[in-house]
Amino acid sequence: MAFEGLSERLQNAMAKLRKKGKISEADVKEMMREVRLALLEADVNFKVVKDFVKTVSDRAVGAEVLESLSPAQQVIKIVNEELTALMGGEQSQIAVAPKSPTVIMMVGLQGAGKTTTAGKLALLLKKKQNRKPLLVAADIYRPAAIQQLETLGKQLDIPVFSLGDQVSPVEIAKQAIQKAKDEHLDYVLIDTAGRLHIDETLMTELRDVKEVSNPSEIFLVVDAMTGQDAVTVADSFNEQLDVTGVILTKLDGDTRGGAALSIRAVTGKPIKFTGQGEKLEDLEPFYPDRMASRILGMGDMLTLIEKAQQDFDEKKAAEMTQKLKENSFDFNDFIEQMDQLQNMGPLEDILKMIPGMSNAPGLDQMKIDPKDMGRMKAIVLSMTPQERENPDMLSQSRRRRIARGSARPIAEVNRMIKQFNESKKMMSKMNKGNFEGMDGLFGNGIGGKIGKMAMNSMIRKNKKKMRKKNKKR
Amino acid sequence: MGFFDKLKSAFTSEQPEVTETTEKYEKGLEKTRKSFSDRLNELFANFRSVDEDFFDELEELLIGADVGFDTTLKITEALRQEVKLRNAKEQSEVQNAIIEKLVDLYEQGDTTKQAIKLNADGLTVILFVGVNGVGKTTTIGKLAHQYLQEGKKVMLAAGDTFRAGAIDQLVVWGERVGATVVRGKEGGDPAAVVFDAVKHAKEQQTDILLVDTAGRLQNKVHLMNELEKMKRVIEKEVPDGPHEVLLVLDATTGQNAMIQAKQFKETTDVTGIVLTKLDGTAKGGIVLAIRNELQIPVKLVGLGEGMDDLQVFDPNEYAYGLFAQLIQK
Ligand SMILES: Nc1nc2c(ncn2[C@@H]2O[C@H](COP(=O)(O)OP(=O)(O)O)[C@@H](O)[C@H]2O)c(=O)[nH]1
Ligand SMILES: Nc1nc2c(ncn2[C@@H]2O[C@H](COP(=O)(O)OP(=O)(O)O)[C@@H](O)[C@H]2O)c(=O)[nH]1
Ligand SMILES: [Mg+2]
Ligand SMILES: [Mg+2]
Repeated sequence: MAFEGLSERLQNAMAKLRKKGKISEADVKEMMREVRLALLEADVNFKVVKDFVKTVSDRAVGAEVLESLSPAQQVIKIVNEELTALMGGEQSQIAVAPKSPTVIMMVGLQGAGKTTTAGKLALLLKKKQNRKPLLVAADIYRPAAIQQLETLGKQLDIPVFSLGDQVSPVEIAKQAIQKAKDEHLDYVLIDTAGRLHIDETLMTELRDVKEVSNPSEIFLVVDAMTGQDAVTVADSFNEQLDVTGVILTKLDGDTRGGAALSIRAVTGKPIKFTGQGEKLEDLEPFYPDRMASRILGMGDMLTLIEKAQQDFDEKKAAEMTQKLKENSFDFNDFIEQMDQLQNMGPLEDILKMIPGMSNAPGLDQMKIDPKDMGRMKAIVLSMTPQERENPDMLSQSRRRRIARGSARPIAEVNRMIKQFNESKKMMSKMNKGNFEGMDGLFGNGIGGKIGKMAMNSMIRKNKKKMRKKNKKR
Repeated sequence: MGFFDKLKSAFTSEQPEVTETTEKYEKGLEKTRKSFSDRLNELFANFRSVDEDFFDELEELLIGADVGFDTTLKITEALRQEVKLRNAKEQSEVQNAIIEKLVDLYEQGDTTKQAIKLNADGLTVILFVGVNGVGKTTTIGKLAHQYLQEGKKVMLAAGDTFRAGAIDQLVVWGERVGATVVRGKEGGDPAAVVFDAVKHAKEQQTDILLVDTAGRLQNKVHLMNELEKMKRVIEKEVPDGPHEVLLVLDATTGQNAMIQAKQFKETTDVTGIVLTKLDGTAKGGIVLAIRNELQIPVKLVGLGEGMDDLQVFDPNEYAYGLFAQLIQK
C-alpha cells in the first residue's frame, strides 16, 4: 500500500462530508484526524504531530474554514503554511570564522552519511566558493573509515589529514588546525566517528574536540529515513553540543522525510543542506516549502521544474513546444526527449514530484528501467527516416520488419508505438497552457485543483527566483 | 528466563536475573530508567481505569516505537477486545491480559526459532542486502566471527565495489576475525567478485560464504537490477544457493523500512531480516508490520559495533525491550 498524500486523504474525507452540506466543528475534527494520520505516516514524531495539529485546529476552527466553500482546500492551505513556517527559511550559507581557518565538525549516528557529506561540503567549498578545505580523519573507530575519507580526498583532489587510528580525535583536530594555519588552508572539515547519543564516553569526546577546535559550524547529519526516534537523537546531540545546523541525507530515496519536521521542532536549528545521492556532487540546499509538500505527499513541483530547467536544453525545449503546437512531434523527438529524461535521473522519481502523481495508482509499479529505454531506442533506430518522421505510416508489415531489425518481439514494438501516441496526446494537452489538460491525470475535484494550485504557486515562486537570478547576472 | 518470568519478577519487585542479552537490549534505556516495576506501576497508576484515554496513550506509545499506524490500531483493538472479553477489572488482571496479548500478537502462533538456514553438507552462501549505512558489512564481520568460533571455515566476498573504502572495511573485518576475503577492484563489477568468491569457496572447501553488497536505495532500478544479477550468479554456481538472503534494517528507520522490505523482497526474495543498532534508543517497531504484512521474520539483531554484538533474534526479548520502552515512555 502506497501512503496516501494529505490531499487525497482530505479529498476522501470531504467526499463523505459534502453529502451533508454544511461543515461543522466536528467535521473539522474529522479532517484533523486525516492531517494527523498523514503526518504520522510520514514519520513525523507523534508529539510534534500533536502540537502541530493543535495549532492547525485552532486556526481551522476559526470562521475562515467553517464558512468557506472549500474547507479542505482551506485546511490544506493552513497546514502547508504552518508547516512551511515551522521548517524555517532557506539558509544554506556556511559560516566563516573571523580568523581563518573556519572549522566545521560533522557529527551524528553511525551510517548517517557524515563522511560522504564531509566530502560533498569540501567539494562545494572548493568548487563554488573557491576555498581551500582540509578534510580531517577523526574517525579512529570504524574499520577503514580513514581510507574512506582518503579515497574521497583523492577523488576530489583535496588534502586529507590523518594521524592513523592510534591518536585521539582531540589531538588529531588540534594538529589538523595547526596544519591548516601553516599551509593557509581556510576550511577544516572534521569527520568524526558515528556514535549513539546515549554513549557518554563518545559524546564527551565530541565535546572535547569541540573545545579544542572552536568550530564555526557543527553539522548534525541525519538520515532522512529516520523514524520517531529522530527527536530523541536530535535533541540529545543538540543539547550536548549545541549544533549549528542539520544536514538531511538520502533524500534521493522515497521516504516522506517527516524527520525533518521533528528535528526542526525539537532543536529549532536550521536544516541547511540535503544529500541527494551517493555521488559527491549530490548536495543541495534545503528548501522548506518543498520539504513541506513532500511530507504531505503533495509532490515536489519546484524541484521538478528546476530539474527540468537545469537539464533540458532550453532551445531544444522551445523547439519541442513549437513541434507540439504544430502537432509534428515525431519519433526523432521522442528519442531526444528520452535521452534528456534519462539525464534527469530515474523517471519515476520525476513523476513522483508532480503533485497528485506520487500516489497515482500504479505508480509504485511504474519503475522505468534504463534498459527499457535502451530497447525503445533500438526499436526507433530500426525505423526508416520516413517512418520516424511520419509515425502514421507504421503498418503491421512495417512493424514486423522493425521487430526483426531491433530483435524485439512484435508486441513490444506495438506497445512502444502506442506509448508514443499516448505521450504525444498528453503532451499536446499539457501544452494548452496552465496545465489544464492535466486535470484528468490528477483526478477531478479537489485533488486536481490543489495540484494545480500548488503547481501554479510553485511556478510563480520559481519565476520570481529566476528573475532574481537574472538580475544578478 | 522467559518474558513472563521477567514480568512476574517485575511485578513482585523481585530482582530478575538479568541475562547479558537483556542488559544489552536495555542498555539504551538505562540513563532515564527507573526499575521496570516502578515504570510499569507508574503507567498503570496514571490510569485509574482502562478507558479510552489509556488506549489512546498506548496507541501513541506504539506509534512512538515506529510500529506504524495500521499495526498499532490492530494491536490496540485486539487489546480492547481482550480486556472486554476477560471482563478484567482488577488492575493486575488488565496488566496480564495486555501483556499476554501483546506477545501473542507478535508471535502469531509461530513460536519456532528463526535460525539461519545452513547447508548441512557443503557450501552455505548468505547474501546481504539493504540500503546505505544500515550495517551490512559490520553484520558480516560479526557473523563471520560467530561461525569461526564454532569452528567453521568462513569466507567473505567484498561485493561492495562502489563505496569509497568499502573493500578495505571488509578486509579489516576479515583480519580482525580471521576470515579470508575475496576482493576485486574498486569500481569493478560486483557480480564478477561474487563469481570469483564462489569459485574460491568451492575450491577451498569453505563452509560459509558471506556476500557483502553495496548499499542501495530501493527506488533505484538499475542498482536493484545489479543486485538481482549478483544473486543470479550465486544461483547458477551453487545449487539451492543463496541459502539465505538477509535484509539488513536499521532500527532507527521509520515507515520507509516497509517499502525497503517490499522492494528487496521482490528483487532478491529476502528470507530474513537483521535488525541493527538496537543498542540505541530506537526500537525498530516496523518489523512487526513487516512480519504481519510480508511474513519476513527477523533472524538476527545488532547490538553494537563490536564483533560480539550480534544475537539471534528472540521474540520474547524483543517484546520485552519494546514494552519496557513503552512503559518508560
Ligand atoms: N543514496 C544516498 N546515499 C548516501 C547519501 N549520503 C550518504 N550516503 C551513503 O550512506 C552510506 C553511509 O555513509 P557514510 O558517509 O559512510 O556515513 P557515516 O558513517 O555517517 O560517515 C554510504 O553508503 C554512503 O554512500 C545520500 O545523500 N544519498
Ligand atoms: N551502534 C551500532 N552501530 C552499528 C551496528 N551495526 C553497524 N553499526 C555501525 O553503522 C555504521 C555503518 O555500518 P556498515 O556495516 O558500514 O553499513 P553498510 O553500509 O550497510 O555496510 C558503522 O559505523 C557501523 O559500525 C549496531 O548494531 N549498533
Ligand atoms: Mg564516517
Ligand atoms: Mg558496507
